[in-house]
Amino acid sequence: MSVESQDLNLCANDNRGQLQLGAGAGLVGWDEVTQGIVLTSFNGDATGIANKKAEERTYSEFNSYTASVASWRVNKPVFNRDICIDCQNCWVWCPDSSILSRDKQMLGIDYDHCKGCEVCVEVCPTNPKSLLMFNEHADLDESLAAWPEKKKKEKK
Amino acid sequence: MAVKFDLNEREVWDGNYAASQALRQADVDVVVAYPITPSTPIVENYGAYVGNGYIDGEFVMVESEHAAMSGCIGASAAGGRVSTATSSQGFALMAEVLYQASGMRLPIVLNVVNRALASPLNVRGDHADMYLGRDSGWIQMGAFNAQEAYDLALCAFKVAENHSVRLPVMVHQDGFITSHTAQNVYPLTDEKAKAFVGEFVPVDDMLDFSRPVTYGAQTEEDWHFEHKAKQHKALMDSRTVIDDVFAEFKELTGREYKRVETYDMEDADVVIIGLGTTVETARVAAKNMREKGVKAGVVAIRCFRPFPYDEVREALEGAKAIAVTDRSSPGGAMGAFYNEVAAAMYTSKSRPMVTGFVYGLGGRDFSIEEAERIFAEQQAHADAGHITTDIQQFSGLRGPHLGFFKTARG
Repeated sequence: MSVESQDLNLCANDNRGQLQLGAGAGLVGWDEVTQGIVLTSFNGDATGIANKKAEERTYSEFNSYTASVASWRVNKPVFNRDICIDCQNCWVWCPDSSILSRDKQMLGIDYDHCKGCEVCVEVCPTNPKSLLMFNEHADLDESLAAWPEKKKKEKK
Repeated sequence: MAVKFDLNEREVWDGNYAASQALRQADVDVVVAYPITPSTPIVENYGAYVGNGYIDGEFVMVESEHAAMSGCIGASAAGGRVSTATSSQGFALMAEVLYQASGMRLPIVLNVVNRALASPLNVRGDHADMYLGRDSGWIQMGAFNAQEAYDLALCAFKVAENHSVRLPVMVHQDGFITSHTAQNVYPLTDEKAKAFVGEFVPVDDMLDFSRPVTYGAQTEEDWHFEHKAKQHKALMDSRTVIDDVFAEFKELTGREYKRVETYDMEDADVVIIGLGTTVETARVAAKNMREKGVKAGVVAIRCFRPFPYDEVREALEGAKAIAVTDRSSPGGAMGAFYNEVAAAMYTSKSRPMVTGFVYGLGGRDFSIEEAERIFAEQQAHADAGHITTDIQQFSGLRGPHLGFFKTARG
């Protein structure tokens, strides 16, 4: 298990998580803001965009996809490829679409949008779990090294 | 294809029926409603037009006025022509959502049949609900009779949907006195009315799947102020569009509307300025006063928001004493309408005397005799050269005199 599989830009196109909220970039005057605070989600014609993968979509600067909205996360989920069975349970349950998966294979976490809610850990069925919560600042290699052993079934 | 609705050149309609006919002729796509007295027949009639095939639209009954305006916002953002009606407590329950509609620049038309706000519970007409909407960012127009409720509802769509405006519009009429009094109304033919209102041309509609948009974004201190400023500018700029729409309506019908209406004002010394059905009462009183040699005139606000400061000042510049009539309990201040008229006159050359009257709460009748008494009082101020009474007085109230504040210019 290497840290590369937890690449932070996993499955990202060029502009995912690039903007920092409240960074003050691009502030314009009252005469230039959009009418009714109506914001476009994509640049250009978006016909059929629902059938495209996230990294192929032309997300606009107004779309939260292009912003990092995870600054208040305290604990982060860490993904352990060696144990995962690709059941997609975490992908189904994640409320922030932050589980990155392609062709039914779990790839990792979108740390620009994950809020650290722990739902993915809760629903993970493997033993030990393939997703566990660590301190936001914990090193990924150290986290994986500290992974618990398989628990024996307790006899009733 | 909708069934043809037969109309006579002259109909006998009350204000509610007149407003509902305007909704039918404007081909309103969606009405989302929670009915409340005295505005119920407006949405009830629209529902009947849908049910009987007179209009190709959708009537959605919801669980509250909060939900009614929320549904209107959804339908309007989706790209439809949308309207509803409410009064009083229903209006108050809508209040939160009214700000959403104007902030999102959605051209919804809300027919407000003015009614007092509880407590005490009261179904009669005063302007407490109308005043509650005065900072909500909506355009507010006032009808003084059934014909005007019909005319202004048609004009409202045309103003709201103008792409340089894109703001919601309230058309106000007084509960019962206008809404339930049958009067002669001269409607347009369906063809003329449809041509006047025009086809709905959507802006940023959510059903355009080639251009998905987000409505209702959150903004904090770095963006909110700029958005509210832009919205205020659009509301201020709507004045010329309203004037243009009124001019076009006059061309079509011969019926003339102005944001500020004036009656007998050419040489008036003493003036009552008012809103709603009070205006017609004051006009009769002014005629009577003129027979007694008092140069009395009446000014009426057709467009309460955006407030017509320039036109009010212009209309009142030549007057000596002005009585401003507030039909809403001011809750520990001068009446809101008084404040606005007084502010406008403070920057006039002549700075006439301005006093305020709180009157007609909960549907208390405002009589011609009382209007004449107010005119006579204004004449006394004019003769003395200063305000001789309290600046704020209650009119038509039982019990001892109730008034507040004296002038320092006496």
